[in-house]
Amino acid sequence: MSSILSIKNLNKIYSGKFQALKNINLEIRRGEIFALLGPNGAGKTTLINTVCGIVNPTNGQILVDGYDIIKDFRVTRSLIGLVPQELATDAFETVWDTVTLSRGLFGKAPNKPYIEEILKQLSLWDKKKNTIRTLSGGMKRRVMIAKALSHEPKVLFLDEPTAGVDVNLRKDMWEHVGALQKTGVTIILTTHYLEEAQEMADRVGVINHGEIIITENKNDLMKKMGRKQLILDLKNPLTEIPAKLSPWSLKLNTDRTQLTYMYDSAKEDNGIAKLLAELSLSGVSYKDIHTKEDSLEEIFIELVKK
Amino acid sequence: MMTLNWHAVYALYKFEMARWFRTLGQSVASPVISTGLYFVVFGSAIGSRITQIDGISYGSFIVPGLIMLSVLTESISNASFGIYFPKFTGTIYEILSAPISYIEILFGFVGAAATKSIILGILILGTAGFFVPLQIKHPFLMLFFLILTSVTFSLFGFIIGIWADGFEKLQIIPILVITPLTFLGGSFYTINMLPDFWQKVSLANPVVYLISGFRYSFYETSDVSVAVSLVMIFAFLAACIFLVQWMFKTGYKLKN
Repeated sequence: MSSILSIKNLNKIYSGKFQALKNINLEIRRGEIFALLGPNGAGKTTLINTVCGIVNPTNGQILVDGYDIIKDFRVTRSLIGLVPQELATDAFETVWDTVTLSRGLFGKAPNKPYIEEILKQLSLWDKKKNTIRTLSGGMKRRVMIAKALSHEPKVLFLDEPTAGVDVNLRKDMWEHVGALQKTGVTIILTTHYLEEAQEMADRVGVINHGEIIITENKNDLMKKMGRKQLILDLKNPLTEIPAKLSPWSLKLNTDRTQLTYMYDSAKEDNGIAKLLAELSLSGVSYKDIHTKEDSLEEIFIELVKK
Repeated sequence: MMTLNWHAVYALYKFEMARWFRTLGQSVASPVISTGLYFVVFGSAIGSRITQIDGISYGSFIVPGLIMLSVLTESISNASFGIYFPKFTGTIYEILSAPISYIEILFGFVGAAATKSIILGILILGTAGFFVPLQIKHPFLMLFFLILTSVTFSLFGFIIGIWADGFEKLQIIPILVITPLTFLGGSFYTINMLPDFWQKVSLANPVVYLISGFRYSFYETSDVSVAVSLVMIFAFLAACIFLVQWMFKTGYKLKN
């Protein structure tokens, strides 16, 4: 799959000498959903804003669909839609007017049927004449998405699109994002809800202290870095783990009723059979047994800790 | 050849004009009423003592100055607010990320602000017609001065809007600089009425040239020659263009 966004040796040093981005190299594939994860202040928004032209890069090169964001800014910016983190809206404008303005700003001729279609898709059609200040937070967020989509972008940046949005609306948005991807739009999203990235992303990138730590296919990352846990609910609380079980490095929970074994599912001999046999021999009986896989969130925490 | 993003210019212009129409009462009624009051206070009270200046009745003499007073303040106020408000609300992100050059941004914001001022100037001229007899000896020159002044001071207002990082700063130059300069710039008198020293001091006031040139287009009477007035306005316009170009090039108070 070819790259729609190519970032090479990108650095951003703010005037106060703070380096927000350190030698970023990143390729975003056409048509994928890429989740950019990182703790607060990691550089996610700076990276997005630099690609969109809101922040000036210190050095490096950014190409969008092969065009340079500085030399060919008119082409690259018309290919990009941005939903920023902050709910920045014109409180006194109507939904229709603000979305129409966005389309015009990005150089597109007025197209009422298209705007109507977007507003209907985002359940904003019946609010089209409402001023934005009368809308709920979730509705305002949808207006931001409608504005970003108004000029039919090929690349859509969603900077924490579901921050402060309730569960139902969040699920709704996931569906919209999925539907957009099917129309060929490449989506780059940042989020603090790791389950969101886990649910939607094809690939994941982690940024910390301005550096990209890892970019990986989500499933490969989870397979590679995700540990599996075997959890045994004990019949009787255990005072201590028998010495014979030490090779498995088991963990006993605080109320001493649960044993956890971390294992590598990729290995043929993962040690489970031997563990269960040794438990019987040691007289440790259990009433239930289940497995759990590391979530993206747990992997992310591990990555950021390093 | 550079092609302009006309859709963006039109969208910005239309959006700014719509904002003005939404608050039409405040935008138009207020300056028109103020002008009416100036006629009552200055025209009647002072006009009864100063009957004529350069052979023109005092009431008629102050019309160009009154129009300039409103055009200057409204141009600055509209343009500065127009660009400051998106900065304040955060919606500036959209303008900065759009495929538009600074010239197109200027066409949109400054064009709309100047249009509002021109409409207002014409409205005040019409209002003045109810109070005093009017005579415009050079209507095209009058229109040219009106447009040039509106554009130049809208551009100046735009610069203030970018520079300001609070509502206080937004008001400080119009209130503390522009209004005094306009009052001292011969809106209500000719600077020839001042002692020699103050006449020379007045020549350092750029507004003198605006009002003088504008008044010439009405009555063929001026404090300084029309050519000098035009040179001064164009010089100020050039300085504003240079400054705004620098602001966009460096991203001053717009981009990090």
